[in-house]
Amino acid sequence: MAESPHLLHRLYEIQQKHRYIPDESIGEVADQFGLPISQVRAVVDFYAFFYTSPRGDYHILFSNCTSCGYQARGVDLLQLLSQQLGVSVNQTRADGRVSVHETSCIGLCDHGASLLINGIPLVRLDPAGIWQMVGLIESGKPLTEWPQAWFHIDNTLHKRGLLLETDLSPGEGLQALLARGWEEILAEIVQSKLRGRGGAGFNTGLKWRLCKEAVAEARYVVCNADEGEPGTFKDRMLLQQYADTLFEGMTICAHIIGAREGYVYLRGEYRYLLPHLQTILARRRQTSLLGKSILAKTGFDFDIEIVVGAGAYICGEESALIESLEGKPGIPRSRPPFPVTQGYLGQPTVVNNVETFIAAAHIAYKGGAWFSSVGTVESAGSKLLSISGDCAAPGIYEYPFGVTLQQILQDCGADNVQAVQVGGPSGILIDQSAFHRRIGFEDVSTGGSLMVFSDQRDVLDIIYQFAAFFAHESCGFCTPCRVGTTLLKQNLYKIVTNQGTRYDMAELQHTSELVRRYSHCGLGHTAANPILDGLQSFPQFFERRLIQRDFSPHFNLDAALEEARRMTQRDDVDAHLEQDIE
Amino acid sequence: MTHKLKLATTSLAGCFGCHMSFLDMDERLVELLEHIEFDRSPFTDIKQVGPCDIGLVEGGVCNAENVHVLRAFRTQCRILVAVGACAINGGVPAMRNHYSLQECLEEVYLKGAGLENPHIPNDPELPLLLDKVYPVSEVVKIDYFLPGCPPSGDIFYNFLKDLIRGKVPRVNKHELRYD
Amino acid sequence: MVTEPEASLITIDNQKIPFKHGQTIMDAALAAGIYIPHLCHFPGITPHGNCKHCTVEVNGKPVTACTTLATTGQKIRNDTVELNEARKSLTQMLFIEGNHICPSCEKTGNCPLQAMAYHLGMLEGHYPQQHPVREVDASHPTIMLDRDRCILCSLCVRASREVDGKNVFAIAGRGIDARLIVNTPSGKLIDSDIEVGDLAAKICPVGAILIKERGYDVPIGQRIFDQHRISEIGLENEIVKRAPSDDP
Repeated sequence: MAESPHLLHRLYEIQQKHRYIPDESIGEVADQFGLPISQVRAVVDFYAFFYTSPRGDYHILFSNCTSCGYQARGVDLLQLLSQQLGVSVNQTRADGRVSVHETSCIGLCDHGASLLINGIPLVRLDPAGIWQMVGLIESGKPLTEWPQAWFHIDNTLHKRGLLLETDLSPGEGLQALLARGWEEILAEIVQSKLRGRGGAGFNTGLKWRLCKEAVAEARYVVCNADEGEPGTFKDRMLLQQYADTLFEGMTICAHIIGAREGYVYLRGEYRYLLPHLQTILARRRQTSLLGKSILAKTGFDFDIEIVVGAGAYICGEESALIESLEGKPGIPRSRPPFPVTQGYLGQPTVVNNVETFIAAAHIAYKGGAWFSSVGTVESAGSKLLSISGDCAAPGIYEYPFGVTLQQILQDCGADNVQAVQVGGPSGILIDQSAFHRRIGFEDVSTGGSLMVFSDQRDVLDIIYQFAAFFAHESCGFCTPCRVGTTLLKQNLYKIVTNQGTRYDMAELQHTSELVRRYSHCGLGHTAANPILDGLQSFPQFFERRLIQRDFSPHFNLDAALEEARRMTQRDDVDAHLEQDIE
Repeated sequence: MTHKLKLATTSLAGCFGCHMSFLDMDERLVELLEHIEFDRSPFTDIKQVGPCDIGLVEGGVCNAENVHVLRAFRTQCRILVAVGACAINGGVPAMRNHYSLQECLEEVYLKGAGLENPHIPNDPELPLLLDKVYPVSEVVKIDYFLPGCPPSGDIFYNFLKDLIRGKVPRVNKHELRYD
Repeated sequence: MVTEPEASLITIDNQKIPFKHGQTIMDAALAAGIYIPHLCHFPGITPHGNCKHCTVEVNGKPVTACTTLATTGQKIRNDTVELNEARKSLTQMLFIEGNHICPSCEKTGNCPLQAMAYHLGMLEGHYPQQHPVREVDASHPTIMLDRDRCILCSLCVRASREVDGKNVFAIAGRGIDARLIVNTPSGKLIDSDIEVGDLAAKICPVGAILIKERGYDVPIGQRIFDQHRISEIGLENEIVKRAPSDDP
């Protein structure tokens, strides 16, 4: 099925054809969409999956996540792959055959080292697999002839709870809605005390009511399926197995708030789920669960369009997501006004997470009391967790809110755990002394990511990887985040590479606090969390890498002479510099 | 008479303009000399810096020799001061950072007009250039910064007077200039 | 004069000031003659809140004064040691992020970024220089674009759209690679409809957009910030008024 005529989709098509977006086509696209050329150029520049120079026939995006990334049991698979292919990382080989890039987490953290090759996930990689891959690439074998086991994604559901053990046939929620009327169903949602599952935890019933009450020409329902937080993959499973329930939840929301159009903003890394989602949408249209006069109810018109992102974590922030939906770079808006009063195209918009809409669909059918019977006072219902890292059984677990970390670690078979990162890099790094803490908005809040780190891991390496992630994903709008996340990455790199001093530690603390306090949006507010948590709970990992000096240079002195050495062909003793002197 | 403070000065990748401005203290220099004596400085022609109380460094760090001199100053001087725009952020010499070192050297030594036997100088006597011009504070720890291009005679005077009196020197906001 | 009702007051650093419905904290402060440091804000242009210099604390929470509506009873802290230290750090970030060589910049003496740094007592860049290599666009006969000095405040973007009725500039890229672009197929200024009289050509708070052949026209001592502090209210008009024009 042809994709909707969205700017991001058009750019994707062009890139599929040329393997990049040629400068000429930027002007053509601008004309076609009636947009300023600068806007199209800004969009191409903003999203990591758009390229302005050609990629290879085989275009590889290797995840650099701590769970599904290329560091596999001490072997750097990215280096191995690029060396064997004779191509530098982030470049295209001269013959155009292959390009290898790093990318942020691709949501395959329960599948070991993973990558996307021409957009298709390839999982459970090991050195032998890399060798084999190199052979297949060199011989030009199409992906259809590659070992199909490599592409197999199984949604390992280790524990079902309230939502996942309840069946909901397509249409059941909508029938309940039409039978009881929107007021009653909204009352059920309010009564359920459902809060947004993306992490912020805003009361869903209240959000829908505020949107309904906002004066407007049109209202929109948007599903945030931009599951970008490293270590999260539960939405991937929900989209594969529970898409009907998701669409049902969105349609119920649409009827309640009075929306005729809805969007699913799907992260670019999950583009391979698109055909499946389109099939379900088509089936729902055929069975009167979408489209005109849904379930024969006159005036109940609603349809859903899927817009696919192009590699930008920030688009998980709801106002950035809306900007992206509108065909712009994903730069978070100033809030207030919130999307619920001024969202998509300036109209009141409900933005909810995949899991939230699914919960809402169930609540419409089973009632608010059913939902709030589980969980805690502050956090009703259950939470899907994506568990990855150092444990015997990574996968998806559904728990009632209030479960302790201790219980979770026991269930997933995690031994010798020194830390868990809950809520992804933007969440909280928790040491052993706090494993009694509970999952819930009132204690440890999470959008669903839970990464386990055994005592074999160097916590500082992980923190550095997170810092690099934020520097890569900062949108660049505000000073503290744009500059600060890069400074933090550099500062940490100095410490990680055994060049840091006490001064650098003090700097790290100071810059972290600045970025946290003064940034524009949630990305900046949370980007320094891993560092601040690390300094607090794991100072020994920093301390042991420090050099015992007052000061160490901020750049590599000898490396700074390399270009001159090359040009003068000198290599005498005076052509070198020591990094530190006594 | 109390012990005089020893003062050393040098210019790395700079233009000696800060040194000229130092001389703009004019007759106040005479007053200062009751409390200060010079070690290495263009004013004395002492070549190697000895133990000092104060080191004033003009200019950014553009080559290996700059690094050695700066380090010697850091080792010998109790208080090390970055003086002027170039020391503080590279200044005008850092305008070459827009180009690669290769581009700079080729432009000067290979492509320039009227060159005979063009080649890039590689005598071991010559200090190698760093890839960029760096602020001194990225190479050694700096205790104080005196901005300006150059800092005015007044700024030097007030700064040194504070040090002589054992006060923490401060640059008044209204005196601050980067040009 | 009609006195504002008691209900329409906010407190900034213990000083009660009135505000009108719809005013931001910045609007109300400027109207009352209170300076809140700002670089990306310009009265009359839609505020953006990207530089973060105008961050104040409202009931303990940091918010940007230029984008936050004044509401009755707000207790606002503005001129505090902590906030001014943070503003200094932000200024330092803007300096080291680009290539700011004041002695050789035509904007020196008339530059709000420089004056902000003076105001906050900045002696040095503090953070490691980032040495970005950015494109200079000298294609236009009368207007120069030197991205080395761009602080991505987007004032030119907004001024062009909102005041000049054009759309000459945009910000592209992301994170530390964000950059100012020109809305033409070539990306060059010469192909745009910008003119020296445009606000977008005069509003730049650094030396990124300059009128050509007017550099150093004003002798040292007579430049804006030789004669004014950036904390003086209403300087924006002065900056635009005194921006070089095409008339020799």
